[in-house]
Amino acid sequence: MSASEIPGDLKFLKSHEWARIEDNGLVRVGISNHAQEALGDLVYVELPEVGAEVQAGNGVATVESVKAASDIYSPVSGEIVEVNESLADKPETINEDAYGEGWLFVVKISNKDELADLLSADDYAEQIENEDH
Amino acid sequence: MTQKTVLNALHRELGARMVDFGGWDMPINYGSQIEEHHAVRRDAGMFDVSHMTVVDLHGARAREFLRRLLANSIDKLKVQGKALYTCMLNEQGGVIDDLIVYLLGDEHFRLVVNAATREKDLAWIEQQAKSFGVVVKERPDFAMIAVQGPNARAKVIGLLHEVDRPRIEKLGRFAAAAGQGPHGIPLFIARTGYTGEDGFEIMVPEDQAVALWKELAAVGVAACGLGARDTLRLEAGMNLYGQDMDENVTPWEASLAWTIALDEGRDFIGRKALETQKAAGVQRTMVGLVMDEKGVLRHGQKVLTPQGEGEILSGSFAPTLNKSVAFARVPAGVTDNVRVDIRGREVPVRVVKFPFVRDGKACEGI
Repeated sequence: MSASEIPGDLKFLKSHEWARIEDNGLVRVGISNHAQEALGDLVYVELPEVGAEVQAGNGVATVESVKAASDIYSPVSGEIVEVNESLADKPETINEDAYGEGWLFVVKISNKDELADLLSADDYAEQIENEDH
Repeated sequence: MTQKTVLNALHRELGARMVDFGGWDMPINYGSQIEEHHAVRRDAGMFDVSHMTVVDLHGARAREFLRRLLANSIDKLKVQGKALYTCMLNEQGGVIDDLIVYLLGDEHFRLVVNAATREKDLAWIEQQAKSFGVVVKERPDFAMIAVQGPNARAKVIGLLHEVDRPRIEKLGRFAAAAGQGPHGIPLFIARTGYTGEDGFEIMVPEDQAVALWKELAAVGVAACGLGARDTLRLEAGMNLYGQDMDENVTPWEASLAWTIALDEGRDFIGRKALETQKAAGVQRTMVGLVMDEKGVLRHGQKVLTPQGEGEILSGSFAPTLNKSVAFARVPAGVTDNVRVDIRGREVPVRVVKFPFVRDGKACEGI
């Protein structure tokens, strides 16, 4: 996937999680297309409990591919209000649609200032560009 | 320095994700490792295994040398072309490498050894060969393509010169023969593999490997990476050197007792140590594990048993079974009440006989 195909409305962590800011202070979180490509076929996803309080930068979920297990960090602090239950049966959805149907969880943000710390889509594109060389 | 097989540029052209494998730049997959795995279980897939080391042995005393070098009995090979799987041990009974040996003539044998152990293997073989006057000659001029799956043999045979077809059709398991491929390419075709499926491992002159690969692709053989090769061989219950055994592990401790031939009066390297260990009682054993819960067993995870701790050797998600399986080294006598520590969570697993998969289907009790 070329850099131009990263949806411009997303913010990123260096560790390849994306955050989409939605209405009412909700932030939807997933992993980047670059991350799913690097991990290979996903076979198992461990999601947080709805209602759990999470801190920005802390591990809150795990995705496992055939190759490796990876911790998923929350880009923002707040309360988990929704998780993508369909991934339990179809973890490959992340491989197929990392920025859409393959989302992981939704956080109700407690501190909007944290959004300023995230990478823009362009900055993230530049980061993965540099990783590849 | 990273080494490349002659098919490297083609893998990249096909969009393969490349990884370092024992110093070689190799394809891990061409998109989906799981789809490649299924292609081999259900139809036919091919792997570039040109990184493996081919060594020819020549000499009047070559057979006598191999009686000494190998833990399995070279005298099981009586007919030209027949192959044998065996370990090569050190004096302590530890596994230097596992390999396949082919009988090619009265004074000519061929070994295929692992890529990651190439240098120490060659040094060891040359050192041992000296007193037998055996000439050790590496064959970097061969590339190797493994074609595996229920339809693999038919697809390969269809590409051969028609005079060769009936003969290669009749080739028995663990036997090899020369044959002429497309464009007259001279091939060394062995009915062996590392996937648990039928098929061939084909040695081809390096400069004609790309042509052969393309011909195979044209008849519907799927390109498969080393990722699928690993899950296929694990399901099939086959050991991986460096993960399931090494120089500090004896064949007794690695479920390789079936490859040890304690034939009368044969003084192979490591035999004394193996006999001593067996007489004293082997303290560790390798078992198969299946996890019914979600998650993936992986190399290095701690195994908890009533008899003490062990560890996961090869562990992975098994695409044919849609759950995780593993080999583990545990104290002798472990039969049940086994758990695995997965990042702090103790998950129950079942101890099972392996292979886990045979003929494309789960074995009984898996």
